[in-house]
Amino acid sequence: MSRELDNSVELQEAVRAAAAENRPLNLTGGNSKAFYGGEIRGTPLAVDSHCGVINYEPKELVLTARAGTRLDEIEAVLLAQRQMLAFEPPHFGNNATLGGSIACGFSGPRRPYAGSARDFVLGVRIINGSGELLRFGGEVMKNVAGYDISRLMCGALGTLGVLLDVSLKVLPVPECEITLVQERSQAEAIKVVNQWASLPLPITAACYDGLQLYLRLSGEPEAVAAGKNLVGGSETPERNRIWSDIREHRHAFFDSERPLWRLSLPLQSAPVELPGKQLIDWGGAQRWLLSDAAAAEIRKTAEAHGGHATLFRGSVNRNDVFHPLTGPLQALHLQLKRAFDPQAIFNRGRLYPDF
Amino acid sequence: MTNRAGASINKQQLVAELQTILPPQAVIHETEALRPYECDGLSAYRRVPLVTVLPESREQVVQIMQLCHRRKIPVVARGAATGLSGGALPLADGVLLSLAKFNRILEIDPAGRTARVQPGVRNLAISEAVAGLGLYYAPDPSSQIACTIGGNVAENSGGVHCLKYGLTVHNILQLQVVTMAGDLITIGSGSLDAPGYDLLALMTGSEGMLGIVIEVTVKLLPVPQRAQVMLAAFDDVEKAATAVGEIIAAGVIPAGLEMMDGMALRAAEDFVHAGYPTDAAAILLCEVDGTNEEVSATAMRVRDLLRAQGAVEVRTARNDAERISFWKGRKNAFPAVGRISPDYYCMDGTVPRKRLAEVLTAIGRLSAEYGLPVANVFHAGDGNLHPLILYDANRPGELKCAEDLGAEILELCVRVGGTITGEHGVGHEKLHQMCVQFSEGELEQFRALKRAFDPDGLLNPGKAIPQPRHCSEYKTLGKEVLTAPGLRAGDRA
Repeated sequence: MSRELDNSVELQEAVRAAAAENRPLNLTGGNSKAFYGGEIRGTPLAVDSHCGVINYEPKELVLTARAGTRLDEIEAVLLAQRQMLAFEPPHFGNNATLGGSIACGFSGPRRPYAGSARDFVLGVRIINGSGELLRFGGEVMKNVAGYDISRLMCGALGTLGVLLDVSLKVLPVPECEITLVQERSQAEAIKVVNQWASLPLPITAACYDGLQLYLRLSGEPEAVAAGKNLVGGSETPERNRIWSDIREHRHAFFDSERPLWRLSLPLQSAPVELPGKQLIDWGGAQRWLLSDAAAAEIRKTAEAHGGHATLFRGSVNRNDVFHPLTGPLQALHLQLKRAFDPQAIFNRGRLYPDF
Repeated sequence: MTNRAGASINKQQLVAELQTILPPQAVIHETEALRPYECDGLSAYRRVPLVTVLPESREQVVQIMQLCHRRKIPVVARGAATGLSGGALPLADGVLLSLAKFNRILEIDPAGRTARVQPGVRNLAISEAVAGLGLYYAPDPSSQIACTIGGNVAENSGGVHCLKYGLTVHNILQLQVVTMAGDLITIGSGSLDAPGYDLLALMTGSEGMLGIVIEVTVKLLPVPQRAQVMLAAFDDVEKAATAVGEIIAAGVIPAGLEMMDGMALRAAEDFVHAGYPTDAAAILLCEVDGTNEEVSATAMRVRDLLRAQGAVEVRTARNDAERISFWKGRKNAFPAVGRISPDYYCMDGTVPRKRLAEVLTAIGRLSAEYGLPVANVFHAGDGNLHPLILYDANRPGELKCAEDLGAEILELCVRVGGTITGEHGVGHEKLHQMCVQFSEGELEQFRALKRAFDPDGLLNPGKAIPQPRHCSEYKTLGKEVLTAPGLRAGDRA
């Protein structure tokens, strides 16, 4: 059953009170992604009570919902009109909320071909660290009035403000979708996937599980059929299950006690030589690594490939989750944090230990 | 004269210091030589800069910024100056930093489908350089022959294909930026994301307020196997607007979906002979692309939809030449309108599509009220409206009248849930309307963000985000608030 409540005034009061007392807050939604990021110091402030779809116009390709709205509710509302969130956000649990998904900035298998969570954010309403209610962006596709604070919120892990409402661009569900499988070596898989992506083919996902290359084609039936003829491979019996399994980390690969790393690399990067097990998603741009190797070694390797590494899950040391920033870029992040949250009351420690 | 810290500076001394960084011909300081730099594409506003510099290396940019930072001298960046909101309007006490010499494509990576280019590379030059690989750079603003990628980043430029392929922000991966303090930073990465905050999104569309972009890595897409454009004529603007929503409701995301009203399409037809039906009240151009089979199937669906929505005529381009001709009319709509009027003023509001018919009716009413004709060109797929106000700057008061009409149109866009600028930027032009679209708290958040990058407010000061005094005056005095004296071309004459 869907719930609906505008709790923004109560949340604003809670933030103001915390700011007045200089008391740090730990913003919590459905807690499905509490494993992600650094350890937070602060009293919990539940934001999931602020929930409900505010506006949905299929013809405008726009949906606006309160941040505490459950992701599965949003997806059901969209599916009823044969539309979807094209960035295929991972849920990581039944209670996943829109706010948490945007704050984490997670995107699923379609990301390299359709865009990321931030690419679909059109507008937000937030509470900043001084307890002000502010609105940025809107419900239109093109909007360059003022700085793009809406997209800045995406992936900021709640460190810049409390997300209240989020407007997203939505897209039609493709009429037809198939998954093709072929056996390849890792190097071959990366190569052919990127060759195919240079051709006008309706590719919407590509992953490699260590043995087989999986390719998803979506679109008009005619385009999917033509694509299938060109790339070859067999259609999997369980069809499209693999994509939600990888997205939700339910795939057998993720069944491990070892720390899980996420390597974000240029799409066409050669196979990464690191101890442990790997699964490649996003056509080569996202490499999941289960490994006990030292953080420094993993980070250095990712950097050598032109990317970065995140300790995604199962870390012992939660103060070293994200690739460290250095020099003027680090200073700029601190200044930005202060511009939104001068007393650092939001999610202290979640993104970087020092803010 | 005094700098922004109130200390006195001497132009000659500044020129001498700049000449230690740059060769003499790259430091322009004589008034007549500075004249070509006095405006951008919004030529109604002009101001001669103190000095124009033309660096050609990143080290030179770093040193120029360090010098200006030390001396507290404001800096305005300039690309091809095709911008339509006065974002590159110089400052009389500032340095104008032209990136014209940063015009090289540095690297093309066919396997990774990226190109690393300097900011002064023209938008279209990227697609031309990679055409042989079957790739292209998707955002295609109408000015793409002349506008540069650095300016596209500053404005988050779109174009006629952005409903399907996105804006600049969706099509870039990495930027090299020099800050006001002269620090070189890399924003974004060669992969699809970067650690920390999404500064790539923040820099895009920031109108030269946060840093100087000196290198851009863009994504390249495969050229679709086939593109097919349909032209539908309507005897009523509202029917055309409804048809747009119905196409999208049917699950079709066209590559381009453009609308022109009667005045705009007749001007375009007279200019480029695109073959438009000149008796129509409005035309829609709908392009679908993809694989051969997909295009055939989708085009048939769209044709049926257009007819069902009351199009009096639906034409499909018979070949590539006709397709290019259909688009040529649209892409030349601004200069075409320029031919039928001594001057025109181009607006850039975005509205929810469902409010389009109502907005066009209101614009018609305002046009009659102000006695100035308005032609409408519209990125219908994403709700971005470009009303072109026709006026004659030589008639006393007519520029002011056009500006007032423009202001009313933008405020109308805000009232129906839209925005004052979809892709041209706020620049110098729309500062008043920022006070209408945003609360003081929101504007103050923008200012705080700006201070995080540029604490002294030296980078493109006075643009994009109005100061509190500006808004309080605008709210009290309304349209009577005057721009700085002497700034308008009309005032000068």
